[in-house]
Amino acid sequence: MNRKRSLVVIVGTLALLMAVSGCKKPTPPPVVKTPPPEVKPVTATLSANPGSIERGQQATLTWSTENATDVTLQGQKVDPSGSQSVSPTQSTDYHLVAQGPGGAKEATARVTVAAAAQPPANNTPTPTEEELFNQNVQDVFFDYDSAQLRSDAQQQLQHAAQVINQHPNWRIQIEGNCDERGSTEYNLTLGEERANAAKQALAQAGVSADRLKTISYGKEKPVCTQSTEDCWQRNRRDHFTLQH
Amino acid sequence: MLRALLGKSALFVFLLVVLLGQALAQDWIRTGTNRGAPVRLAVPDFKAATTEPQTAPLNTTFNQTLWNDLDNSGIFEMVAKSFYPLQNPGSPNEVKLDAWGNPPPNASMLAFGNLGVTNGKLAVQGWLFDAKNTASPQVLGKQYQEAATNDNARLIAHRFADEIIFRLGGGIPGIAESRIFYISSRNGHKEVWVMDYDGAGQQQLTHLNSIALSPRISPDNSRVAFSGLSNDSWQILMYSMDLGRLVSFQRFPGGNYSPAWSSDGTKLAFSSSMRSGDPEIFTVDATGANPKRLTSFKGSDVSPVWNPKTNGQIAWVSGRNGLPQIFLMDADGSNVQQITSEGYAVSPSWSPNGLLLTFAWRRHYGPGAPGGQDIYIMNIATHEFVQLTHDAGVNDFPSWSPDGRHIVFQSTRTGSEQIWTMLADGTHQQQLTRDGKNSMPNWSVK
Repeated sequence: MNRKRSLVVIVGTLALLMAVSGCKKPTPPPVVKTPPPEVKPVTATLSANPGSIERGQQATLTWSTENATDVTLQGQKVDPSGSQSVSPTQSTDYHLVAQGPGGAKEATARVTVAAAAQPPANNTPTPTEEELFNQNVQDVFFDYDSAQLRSDAQQQLQHAAQVINQHPNWRIQIEGNCDERGSTEYNLTLGEERANAAKQALAQAGVSADRLKTISYGKEKPVCTQSTEDCWQRNRRDHFTLQH
Repeated sequence: MLRALLGKSALFVFLLVVLLGQALAQDWIRTGTNRGAPVRLAVPDFKAATTEPQTAPLNTTFNQTLWNDLDNSGIFEMVAKSFYPLQNPGSPNEVKLDAWGNPPPNASMLAFGNLGVTNGKLAVQGWLFDAKNTASPQVLGKQYQEAATNDNARLIAHRFADEIIFRLGGGIPGIAESRIFYISSRNGHKEVWVMDYDGAGQQQLTHLNSIALSPRISPDNSRVAFSGLSNDSWQILMYSMDLGRLVSFQRFPGGNYSPAWSSDGTKLAFSSSMRSGDPEIFTVDATGANPKRLTSFKGSDVSPVWNPKTNGQIAWVSGRNGLPQIFLMDADGSNVQQITSEGYAVSPSWSPNGLLLTFAWRRHYGPGAPGGQDIYIMNIATHEFVQLTHDAGVNDFPSWSPDGRHIVFQSTRTGSEQIWTMLADGTHQQQLTRDGKNSMPNWSVK
């Protein structure tokens, strides 16, 4: 079923958050010139369990902070540490902001919502085709300089093929992408091979090849630009788009 | 110490290779591109021949351009101006040859002349004198006249420089009028641009508003073939320099990348997935007709380049054995041989004499491996190689100049992709572009 998305923790810049903190507090410390030396840093963590639910199910958000005086979740003030059940109807990013004398910290957790096998209530709107597509035909990722489908990618594509086969009107563009390293021209062909690998796997799982178009973007359309293994991995991918 | 002579039959590219240390260390190799000592050339500023207000600024442009062209050529030792006699000669009867041929200038050759604007016309007279031959010193005397514009002051300087280089550089035409085609994203999209060989006159050609890559100028300078994202597929596109716009070219299924002209202009080679879905090397006529598939091996095949001397061989990049390596085959696809066998080797370009390849190579690949991605040249007969760039950013897309003495390439050494030139021995590295990001340079064939 749906892949559990990894939690993303966003660390805001100190300067920005000090400014936010200064706005809300009646007597802001002199933050610009010399921050107080003995103030302990604020920490914040937020997790969702499970990270992926079906519509109508619940997930539990658990958070903890240190040295924070003001903690908000989705803009609502909450205890410094705690947990809460949520039941979102669509995939949601939960946002925790902890502020204290030592600055501020943000944490984010995502609860991915898949379509339920049977809608739990009649008043729940049915997902659009686009939503269904995005939930079930997700990016697959590759190893460095490789166009071989990893086992996780093969499983994803098996699942995607089942859903695609239930929607014979879908026509799909498979977009092969590469990380920033290496030559522009070579990466174009590597991206093409990556797109091809997914096309072959879908075709073997019964999707008619004439519904599948491939294109390589090489390293021309990165989703992030940091020179880190994490960012490189995010860019070594096939992305799928529903054609209209 | 090993001394090896690369490219014996080359008129100029005559590389003395000295390996310092043993092969296990990173190979730092010194090359020289000269037979014996370079010619000592003195080039006093040209004398203003008229008092028109335009004369002084055009003369400044002319003098700077002439000096840079001669200095860039790599075949002269430019005598510093501080050694010159106080009087700049403007014509032969003003030359005191002894003062130039003896120390302190001790010049072997003297280039001089005058420049003036009259009625909107720029007139230049230039001479080349052999400073050691008092009996018959004149080697060259030239006159030029064009409309009085800054561009024409540069043009005349380029032409006079090329005359001098042709005379004193073994009969190889100079490159001062050659141009470099490249990709720039300074206006938001990657488009094809062109500039003079020295970085002047940077000008945008295409306006695809999508992505343009891999520009290659035809041997007659009339058309630029490139790969562009057009209606959601990569196609070989064609820009006419004569018409100043895109002209139609055959579209093919699949992704089509990295075009390359044969040196007679009759054929193009490029990478295409038109048949199998796997990127392979194809050739087509210059019209786009008669596609022929040369490779058929799983894995990327891309970046073909024709041996410009024979058009009988194609070098290209293949990922069939893992990381990309440089391969060589006959132009019908036979006689495949692998040229590099370690690291990550891409972006080959032939020397005009067909004896050497330049390419980008990360020789040691893997986490913590020493060295970066640098420009190399390799003798294709012996597979001996020389490293031209060292410890300076990621370097890629080398392209040989028409005289075989220079290489243009892209480098990230300043923090962003920019275009640089160097002599083919790795010296005289100069940055040509600074605005936005600039990449994939391709030197015109003339």
